[in-house]
Amino acid sequence: MNIGYYPGCALHGSSNDYEQSLRACLGMLDVELQEVKDWICCGATAAHSFNHKLSLALPARNLALAERDGHKQLFAPCPLCSMQLLKTQKAIAGNGLRQELSQIVEADLRGDSQVLNLIQVFQNIGLDRLKAVVKTPLKETVAACYYGCLLTRPPDVVHFDDFEQPTSMESVVAATGAKTVAWNYKTECCGAGMTMANEDTVLDLAHKILSNAAAHGANCLVVACPMCHVNLDMKQEAVNRRYGKNLALVVYYLSDLVGLALGISAEQLGINRHFVTKA
Amino acid sequence: MEQDLEDNVLPLRAPDSFLPAGLAQTHFQDCYQCGKCTAGCPVAARMDLTPNQLIRLLQLDDSGTALRSSAIWECVSCQTCSARCPKSVDCAGVMDMLRESSLSLGEAATSQHAVIAFQKAFLDNIRRNGRLAELELIGLYKADVAWNTGRIGVLFKDAALAPQLNKRKKLHLLPGKAKDRGVVDRIFARCSEPEKK
Amino acid sequence: MSRIGVFTCWCGENIARTVDVDEVATQVAGLPGVRCSLNYKYMCSDPGQAMVREKIASEKLDGIVVASCSPHMHLKTFRRAAQTAGLNPYLVEMANIREQCSWVHHDKPSATAKAIDIIRLSVAKVRNDVPLRPIQVPVTRRALVIGGGVAGIQAALDIADAGHEVVMVEREPSIGGKMAGLSETFPTLDCSQCILTPRMVEVGQHPRIKLYSYSEVEAVDGFVGNFKIKIRQKARYVDISKCTGCGDCWNVCPLKKNPSEFDYGMGMRPAIYIPFPQAVPARPVIDKKVCAKLIRNGCGLCEKKCKAGAINFKDEDRVVEESVGCIVVATGYKLYSIAKEQPKASLSGYGEYGYGKYKDVIDSLQFERLISASGPTGGVFKRPSDGAVPKNVVFISCVGSRDNAKGLPYCSKICCMYTAKHTMLYKHKVHDGQAHVFYMDIRAGGKGYDEFVRRAIEQDGAKYYRGRVSKITQEDGKLMVRGADTLAGVPVTIEADLVVLASAMRPADGVEELAQKLNIGYDEHGFLMESHPKLRPVETNTGGVFIAGACQAPKDIPEAVAQASAAASKVQVMLAADELTREPEIAAINEQMCAACYTCLNTCPYHAIERAEVRTGRGVFIKRTARVNPGLCMGCGTCVSVCPSKSADLQGFSEQQIYAMVESLA
Repeated sequence: MNIGYYPGCALHGSSNDYEQSLRACLGMLDVELQEVKDWICCGATAAHSFNHKLSLALPARNLALAERDGHKQLFAPCPLCSMQLLKTQKAIAGNGLRQELSQIVEADLRGDSQVLNLIQVFQNIGLDRLKAVVKTPLKETVAACYYGCLLTRPPDVVHFDDFEQPTSMESVVAATGAKTVAWNYKTECCGAGMTMANEDTVLDLAHKILSNAAAHGANCLVVACPMCHVNLDMKQEAVNRRYGKNLALVVYYLSDLVGLALGISAEQLGINRHFVTKA
Repeated sequence: MEQDLEDNVLPLRAPDSFLPAGLAQTHFQDCYQCGKCTAGCPVAARMDLTPNQLIRLLQLDDSGTALRSSAIWECVSCQTCSARCPKSVDCAGVMDMLRESSLSLGEAATSQHAVIAFQKAFLDNIRRNGRLAELELIGLYKADVAWNTGRIGVLFKDAALAPQLNKRKKLHLLPGKAKDRGVVDRIFARCSEPEKK
Repeated sequence: MSRIGVFTCWCGENIARTVDVDEVATQVAGLPGVRCSLNYKYMCSDPGQAMVREKIASEKLDGIVVASCSPHMHLKTFRRAAQTAGLNPYLVEMANIREQCSWVHHDKPSATAKAIDIIRLSVAKVRNDVPLRPIQVPVTRRALVIGGGVAGIQAALDIADAGHEVVMVEREPSIGGKMAGLSETFPTLDCSQCILTPRMVEVGQHPRIKLYSYSEVEAVDGFVGNFKIKIRQKARYVDISKCTGCGDCWNVCPLKKNPSEFDYGMGMRPAIYIPFPQAVPARPVIDKKVCAKLIRNGCGLCEKKCKAGAINFKDEDRVVEESVGCIVVATGYKLYSIAKEQPKASLSGYGEYGYGKYKDVIDSLQFERLISASGPTGGVFKRPSDGAVPKNVVFISCVGSRDNAKGLPYCSKICCMYTAKHTMLYKHKVHDGQAHVFYMDIRAGGKGYDEFVRRAIEQDGAKYYRGRVSKITQEDGKLMVRGADTLAGVPVTIEADLVVLASAMRPADGVEELAQKLNIGYDEHGFLMESHPKLRPVETNTGGVFIAGACQAPKDIPEAVAQASAAASKVQVMLAADELTREPEIAAINEQMCAACYTCLNTCPYHAIERAEVRTGRGVFIKRTARVNPGLCMGCGTCVSVCPSKSADLQGFSEQQIYAMVESLA
């Protein structure tokens, strides 16, 4: 399976362990990731907070480049990126904005690629097929699936899963043989890009998320977003310090768990590059 | 933009003209103040004005107070408010537009300098590089905050993280830049032109 | 030769300001057939009417045109005046020069010219009017009441006490509706069953009320005064004529754990059961979905135990026919389901409230059963999950209602009041408990209602927070309710032991199919449509069918009872004599010309056309024809427009008249 691949800045920056995990895992499932040539930043939080037009233009350029490269499907592993791409597709549907944006971004924009998040990639591969190729079912793993904000919201933009009680990630994790827990912070925000500028908020929110996962019996978390990973993994020690806790929850990328179940080593997946590596 | 500010009302003009044309698309006028947005907001307890109060101020033509709040910068854009609103008001969109206008009118709350500086540094960074160069971002951001707020400590905060990140090969001294950076700059320029009214 | 009188009204300033009434009177005097023409300030007044009568007599008029307001206002007035003066009332036409002229124009000369044209049309029409007689329709002096809730009960008793027979059809095993399951009612805090059951017994024992319980209306045929109803009596598997209601059967039934419909799942009932002790009729019914004997021929204990030999496993549905003259629809309501599965695509459940996930998140009717003295917990207030007595109960208003995005946009009217009532009932049972209410507004407009709500807050200590709830999660057996108080501008989180959702009232299941059988309208939510929201709240647009109670719109018990009595009074008007009078402006078919293609029959929205035969006096068949049923036809004119042979025409508005009107303007 060949799909267009839009890594986004985080995956080529300090969250490149996520890309390592993706390439190792998806590679073993015969998914070839074809990176969009010369992609640019999608604008993330800064663009939509400062300049509405810019927040549509930057993703628009990337959609146009992906179309130019001939990709019918575009995999964006970071939900902030995928949500912006979907938002732009929705904004140009059926009006003259498409032409205006094409001119601004100097590339022809149709807006008809299918934008996929990581869970959807696994769904496209097929959960039955996944189950069939699992080598080492993860019997010791009790995971709290953490969706964060932008995989399921805004519902009228992303049209993915049930934004109150999502279960798509749990289905993928179940295919690896791991158990999942019912818990209450599946879609509560982790603080996103406020890590540097408003650390108090991030620590407060991350503390609530991690504590609730532990309280419901999870021994690890699973995420599909690099920002969530940073706030829950890199900041876990700071959370422990501030709140006097001893949380030791490994935060796996979804591709980590699938990769481990397929028999790929933790080193190959980059799990050893996380901040919290042992429960 | 010079203006005389009396009470909390920006001077005599139709209030929406201070705010982006897109504000009407959020349907904020439909809001009936049920408070579900505030109830679900993860950071509402930290805000000086809660989401429903900000929308109420707009309905009362008091955009000035809303634009000057620190709440709009505490907002983490989690979209929970918009997703749950029974009147389909795009509350998250209202927050975006308040942020945009607050900056363009020079009304942003000074207490929130750090958050604003970060986003500004982010945008400058991608304008220059096409993609984000993290070290450059962090460096310039910290310098800005230290210089403008006098908090020198910010320069050294989380300094211990640097070797940790490096150990894990997450620190990129020379990040990959987009080849065609000129187009990014031109996109920025086109999007910053004033709205033709 | 026509002798037409034209009477132009000033309507005070309403017409005279914009239309030159003197000019009009002068000009129309010259129209062909006009014998006399005058104008007056208020034609509808007594002197005005006297003028009309005087002129009819003195000028021997054979038709009159009153040029004034809309016929909706005073057509009846002038018809009566004409009749009093000896002129057939259907030789009266009204030219609307107010709503259609003076009220919508400013320029006097043009408005005056237009008024003259309008009168010209009416004169041309009235020249071609023929005298008509009102139609007499025989009436079956019995009524059908569909639904045995408090509205249906009230209507049935009123009609029966007035001396007419009533057939009542109720689809549950017992009458009583939702009110029978309530604990206490606002604002008096009367025990609901105590005030309702005497009425129920009266219905059950009334000599003129024929009660079909556990039955549904299957088909409706006929027209006002002459309805033929097919009623399906569902198989109870118990012969109620033999059964004494002793209870041996339901006491011996081994299948005791079936969720009770009457308790909305908060309690259990056996497979053979009586819904509640005061049921009318007090006879059990067997649930064929779970009964072992009916499913696989096992058990049969009840049959063995029954001393009256009333159990009949071979029972079948039976269809019976009844003839009635009028129908009252009182099918009541149900609550918006808080769960995810919804009957309509336009609705969605409330996933954020723990839809069906958390046992201790219940709706208001379930709360009524738990708090009821005769409820499934025996009058002790316990929560469903573990039977603990809740010390903190959160009540959430406006669940499903006032929600454009996910639910119904309307206000459910009664929830503010019953939520206040709930807080009081809870406090009266759990003295150290705390009630918390999340509300958007307080709607308490009835007599003593606002005082009632203040009593809940000021005397019984209920805490009210103004804001909606965003999410409910469960931690360690407590329900975390995340709401807000917009008055203080803060989020509010309550740790609750139990959450009660005030779910929106919606019409009962199946009401849309029933409405189609009855040929009455309903809105996009399924609420039955009244004829006029202000002036005709209990009539429908179909003659002889009336509505009462929550099936029309959300309402409380006093309103339902008042509406029921109103509907009953309308029924009594109709059943007052052996015949009903109808206006004769209906369609008629020229049976000589009719080709019997029956296009009209297939197009008529009121099913008012029948297949008929033309025969000689000796009964020899001549031809087939279509024939209009004068009892059903509403005079809409659809048949006239589709008839290929021009055999169908409207009396009082014939095609010839229309052509004459058009030509008069040429």
